[in-house]
Amino acid sequence: MSISLETMLQLSIIMPVLAVVGIVATGRKPDLREGVTISTSLVLLYFVIQLYQGLKQGESISVHWWEILPGLQVSFNIEPLGMIFALIASFLWLITTIYAIGYMRSHEEKNQTRFYACFAIAIGCVMGIAFAANLFTLFIFYEVLTLSTYPLVTHAGTKEAKRGGRIYLGILLSTSIVFFLFAIVSTWFVAGTLDFTPGGVFDSSVNLTVAGAILVLFIFGIGKAAIMPFHRWLPAAMVAPTPVSALLHAVAVVKAGVFTVLKVCVLIFGVDLLAVLPTTQFLLYLAGASVLLASLVAMRQDNLKARLAYSTVSQLGYVTIGALLATSSGVIGSSMHIGMHAFGKITLFFCAGAILVAAHKSKISEMRGIGLQMPITMAAFFIASLSIIGVPPTGGTWSKWFLLMGSMETEQWTIMIILMLSSLLNIAYLLPIPLRAFFSGKETAFAGAGIKEAPLPSLIALCITTVGCVILFVYPQPLYELATAIAATPGLAHGE
Amino acid sequence: MLAHLPILQVIVPLMAAPLCLFLTRSRLVWLFALIVSGLAFLISSLLLQQVMASGTIIYELGGWDAPWGIEYRIDQLNAFLLLIISAVSTVVLLAAHTSIKQEIPADRHTLFYILYLLSLAGMLGIVATGDAFNVFVFLEITSLSAYALIALGKDRRALWASYQYLIMGTIGATFILIGIGLMYQMTGTLNMYDLSQRLPEVAHTRTVFTAFAFVIVGVCLKLALFPLHLWLPNAYAYAPSIVTAFFAATATKVAVYLLIRFTFSVFGLSFSFTALPLQMLFMVLGLLGIFAASFAAIYQKNVKHLFAYSSIAQIGYMIVGFSVSTTAGLMATLLHMFNHALMKGALFLALAAVVYRIGSAQLSQFNGLGRQMPYTMAAIVIGGLSLIGVPLTVGFVSKWYLVLATIENGWWPVAVLILLGSLLAIVYVWRIVEAAYFKPPLAGRESIKEAPLSLLIPTWTLVIANIYFGIDTRLSVQVAQSAAQSLFGVSP
Repeated sequence: MSISLETMLQLSIIMPVLAVVGIVATGRKPDLREGVTISTSLVLLYFVIQLYQGLKQGESISVHWWEILPGLQVSFNIEPLGMIFALIASFLWLITTIYAIGYMRSHEEKNQTRFYACFAIAIGCVMGIAFAANLFTLFIFYEVLTLSTYPLVTHAGTKEAKRGGRIYLGILLSTSIVFFLFAIVSTWFVAGTLDFTPGGVFDSSVNLTVAGAILVLFIFGIGKAAIMPFHRWLPAAMVAPTPVSALLHAVAVVKAGVFTVLKVCVLIFGVDLLAVLPTTQFLLYLAGASVLLASLVAMRQDNLKARLAYSTVSQLGYVTIGALLATSSGVIGSSMHIGMHAFGKITLFFCAGAILVAAHKSKISEMRGIGLQMPITMAAFFIASLSIIGVPPTGGTWSKWFLLMGSMETEQWTIMIILMLSSLLNIAYLLPIPLRAFFSGKETAFAGAGIKEAPLPSLIALCITTVGCVILFVYPQPLYELATAIAATPGLAHGE
Repeated sequence: MLAHLPILQVIVPLMAAPLCLFLTRSRLVWLFALIVSGLAFLISSLLLQQVMASGTIIYELGGWDAPWGIEYRIDQLNAFLLLIISAVSTVVLLAAHTSIKQEIPADRHTLFYILYLLSLAGMLGIVATGDAFNVFVFLEITSLSAYALIALGKDRRALWASYQYLIMGTIGATFILIGIGLMYQMTGTLNMYDLSQRLPEVAHTRTVFTAFAFVIVGVCLKLALFPLHLWLPNAYAYAPSIVTAFFAATATKVAVYLLIRFTFSVFGLSFSFTALPLQMLFMVLGLLGIFAASFAAIYQKNVKHLFAYSSIAQIGYMIVGFSVSTTAGLMATLLHMFNHALMKGALFLALAAVVYRIGSAQLSQFNGLGRQMPYTMAAIVIGGLSLIGVPLTVGFVSKWYLVLATIENGWWPVAVLILLGSLLAIVYVWRIVEAAYFKPPLAGRESIKEAPLSLLIPTWTLVIANIYFGIDTRLSVQVAQSAAQSLFGVSP
């Protein structure tokens, strides 16, 4: 292939945005329009895999665009953590597009062209976030991602959608402007650079109180990581069509949040500094509380998507905890959890959408016995639930394992107990759904109705991600290698 | 020719204004005014280039030496302002022909262009001149033509708004005149540079303090600093849309320029900021302005009112930057003057397009416009995002420097307040977005079409400038930086 890796890096950001032109131009012919999206996502996946190969061979790939403000460049590079995120997002974009074709058409959604166009822009932003070489570049794409997903959240155009959109935009923009931007300017002022640097940008003479305060600003400011009390936007975003909830609000947007948290912890502060900051412990407990409380709230939700959303809030807390533990096991666990949770949660959302399309049910209490009508979907739901809970034979096992290791190494017993308790809660709010679907115990409306699954594209998509959950258990090596590389590059951080 | 640029900058539009009388046809006058404004833009670009390359240009009017004759003194600060004013004026004029057809009776079109050029000449004059009394003269030219321009508005309340502005504006101008008179009494000179040399000798006298107070209060009235802003919302709301776009983008900037000029160059930094608790005062007033005006904007029913209040809030940001009184703070102010001109120019031109189609700027009439006038509403959305300060727009650039300047100065709480203030912008911008995109068109409005190209092109020129200068900040940052540095360099 004659395209250089640098070009591929740039194309992976630009191409999805350019695809918008094609999507809009072919708006009147749905088949062609989806063709554009799918071929773009295929090419994107190809590029990202090429970049991954390049990274594995130890090539350093970086691109500088231009200087927006003196000293503040828009530039990109490839490092393992970004690679994980990019691989997952680009692969799942392809799958989600396949799913969306089935879902959007049989659900007869309006404005599908706008939907696919905004989706493509959002993916471009996600690539920008994944490959950003400094905090400034990341922030730009972070904000554009918020704005480009707003039309997706409010897609239905109803009163409810408007209210959801308000909360969505209100919380995400407010936290990012007041806390995140403030933290970035402060970092720039204190450290004089915003480049992601192994071992962190602050030198040893930094005032611990100031750095601690900046850390709090970061954790609060990265609203996409949905740490309580800034999590309300995520349940609010559930008014969006299911593919949006699946890819953006289980994978792309929320993972952009925790990804940023992880990057800030490891590459702006550096684990050594993180471990001695006075506020780290407080934030750990905050994240712990977020994990536990969100799980408890999830139990009380009867709307399936809302329950999944709170479950996401809880699972995102795991990643933040792992980052804040400031040990190599914690960082490895966090980075792997980004991937593991992505596959598990997207499957669950796919299932929720499939149920909505095929059986027109959105409430859990109405899904008793639905396994008779949708056996494949509910089997997939079962496996994905196992992955979220973190039991074999699913990928979630590994990330939870490392997170527990991390909490033990640092003797954070409270955190360890929280993690285990939360796993129990996961069982309590996820497993009853598929179990009751199959073993309802009494006659339900679904008995004898025959098998009626979601449209084929949707079914294929959810099977692929379910298989992904299992494969990640059997063969987690690529993810693990990348995760250890993250933990190793900052030298954790004695080496440098 | 090149040597005479400073005077040509002012004299071209000034002389052109009466010439409009000979061209009676509306379209001809428009073309003529457009060409004149374009010339002014060309001249200001050349001036900026010269100043950036070779430093301050001093031009003696009629060949009379400085303290006796009038001198025009163009440094980075003036040149920057001249560029902003003439550029915005040209783009706004581009849209004028279409817009005023609907808003101003045909027999007053010539009058409109005459007044427009006069006020343009006045603003350029205020900025270009190095003579304090000359400032007053040009200020009056601008103000008088502004009163008349506002009174041209179709709504009868325009007369009342214009009258309010007349009273407040006259008080402001009189204060400035009294201040200048007192300074003249103490130093015997009206030349600004000369004043800056002589004032320190008499700085301790009560007369100079009084003069300073009069000038500052007068200027603050003109720039609509909270709580002296009462004239502005109505003036902006009831004036013809084009006039609003022109003034919102330029007039208050000229007043901010005067504030900077008088405090930094004439009275000098040490007098302005150490003798009086000015720093504190401006910081508090600026912040109060940001919050009070933003809250007021949230509750407006008329979108022109809404953006007028937003302008007052934005002036608050400029004043906060000014009150930091460091190079970084001043740079933030200058940048925001440039950036705000682009934002408000774009927003008010887009509003002009809305008014052109639906004849009203009431928020309740915006329902469903997102589908009917997609390009116009997209312009408002992008302009609004720029107001909020989203990255890749100019608003972000200003905010970045302003926050950085306050943090550098150790004013952490102020930095937080500035950021909180921009959240209020989200609220008022989103009220428009929700009306336009989430509500169905009003009954009987189904046939509203997109605005004509003659309005869309100027609007989008400014919208694209909002994005372009948010991405490529070399011009604005460089000029603002060197202007700020030179102000700190020359001040005693």
